[in-house]
Amino acid sequence: MILQVERVSKQFGGLQALSNVSLELPEGEILGLIGPNGAGKTTLFNVINGIYPPSEGKITFMGKNITASKPYRVAKMGLARTHQIVQPLNELTVRENVMVGACFGQEDHGLAEASVIAKETLEFVELEDKAEFLAGSLNVAQKKRLELARALASQPTLLLLDEVLAGLNPSEIALMVKTVGSIREQGVTIIMIEHVMHAVMNVSDRILVLDYGVQIAEGTPEDVSQNKAVIEAYLGDPELAEKLAQNRS
Amino acid sequence: MRVLRNPGMWLALLLTAAVGVWPFFTKSATTREVIFTILLFVSLATSLNIFLGYTGYVSFGHIVWYGLGGYVGFYFMDVYQTPLYLCVLAGGLTSGIIAFLLGKAILRLRGAYFALATIGVNEAARAFINNFEPFGGPIGMTLNFSIYKSYGGATQALWITYGSLLGLTLLVILVSFLVKSSKFGLGLTAIRENEDAAEVMGVVAPDAKTWAYVLSAIFPGMVAVLFFFKNGTILPHDAFRLHLSIEMIVMVMLGGYGTLLGPIIGAAGYQRLRGLLLVTPFFKNIQLAVAGVFLLVIILFVPAGVIGWLRDRFPQLRRVLI
Repeated sequence: MILQVERVSKQFGGLQALSNVSLELPEGEILGLIGPNGAGKTTLFNVINGIYPPSEGKITFMGKNITASKPYRVAKMGLARTHQIVQPLNELTVRENVMVGACFGQEDHGLAEASVIAKETLEFVELEDKAEFLAGSLNVAQKKRLELARALASQPTLLLLDEVLAGLNPSEIALMVKTVGSIREQGVTIIMIEHVMHAVMNVSDRILVLDYGVQIAEGTPEDVSQNKAVIEAYLGDPELAEKLAQNRS
Repeated sequence: MRVLRNPGMWLALLLTAAVGVWPFFTKSATTREVIFTILLFVSLATSLNIFLGYTGYVSFGHIVWYGLGGYVGFYFMDVYQTPLYLCVLAGGLTSGIIAFLLGKAILRLRGAYFALATIGVNEAARAFINNFEPFGGPIGMTLNFSIYKSYGGATQALWITYGSLLGLTLLVILVSFLVKSSKFGLGLTAIRENEDAAEVMGVVAPDAKTWAYVLSAIFPGMVAVLFFFKNGTILPHDAFRLHLSIEMIVMVMLGGYGTLLGPIIGAAGYQRLRGLLLVTPFFKNIQLAVAGVFLLVIILFVPAGVIGWLRDRFPQLRRVLI
């Protein structure tokens, strides 16, 4: 197992953001993490990569306990992530942004090697023509690709993708889905948070559904899409909905 | 070494060296004193820039490192007649070590909270020195004039001090450049732009910030020893001039924070301006107020400073104006 999350809970004051979430992730798998807004998906990422410690529970990455480790320790062990709200280093160029990922990630490269890796990674995410632009000057779709490039440049073992498709148009989504597919072919294990259903259903091997911090379903995309609890979480009570629909006609 | 072929570095070094060797040719004591002051501020502003400019953390009490280093170096000189270069090293080392300990404690604070903490440090250091008997307490220390004999007389000693300051200033500029163009510097800039994102990418922010703080504290401690050796006396209110901390920030901001050339231009420009104000009857008592207005205007209209503004206007000069 690359990653094991055991009975993790997180409270913010009176708010139970996560309760008793457990998951196991074998090498090479893509796990889709879905759920309505405010379900605790990003919180789960933040707890895994050390932005804040869990209130309870244990997280193991590559056989080592990383519960409450600092983000930079986790990053050096080979865990990279992207942010839902993009966090570019605005006054640095796109190339320098990616070099930060390469320099300080798992491999600890020097500047010269990092520059080469940055070039390759930018070609991979199709952003090479923007390499010398300031990161602040990119549009949202490009900033999302930059986030991805920075994470990839660290040559991670596990990649956490937080809504890389949000705010993209259909053709940009198709491009990004293709990119995620090729990342997996390189042997990177991925957890992705996504709201664009057709994309996450197509790409993921397994889906985990959160609702109000509780794990309500887990399984293959087919199973999850048939699951009553999941439909209820997204659309409300299906029987009630059906009744309402009947009453109307 | 590919980095040593950088034209921007040579521009900064040669510019400073050209101005710096001028008094050796004119043999004029007046020119030497004017340029001594300029070099002093160039080295202070450049070392502050290693911290303020590269990491984006504002230190309001940077003059503490100047005061502490100066005192320790002066003490060895006065009491043990230690050679000047060893005193300079002792001053830098003291500032560096104390900055390391302090940095470990207060660099966990972010942004405005850190800035507030640094204000307290300056006052605390001055109060401590004021009451520390070995350093002479409020009356400070005065060198025995005979100490200059071992340097070939007072005149010779002044030239030695000047030459050492020039060397140190060039060294600070070189160190600042090496930091800027290194992996360490890339990490610092990442922290400046977004500390959380930098940590997620693996930049060990607490360590990087502390080392930047230490580096930027060492050089003020060294140049202070030269200044007070030349001065012959050291007093608490001379060594810990809080307004100098603010003026150092003005110099860095004026020239362009985070650039190599900026603090050099900023320090020289500000120093010349202050010289003019001090001899103008209307401004001579309110020259610090002018510095305040200056800072306000810079932050409002040219936050990137002279060099930053030039870089934006003339992208073709970017390779030189680093």
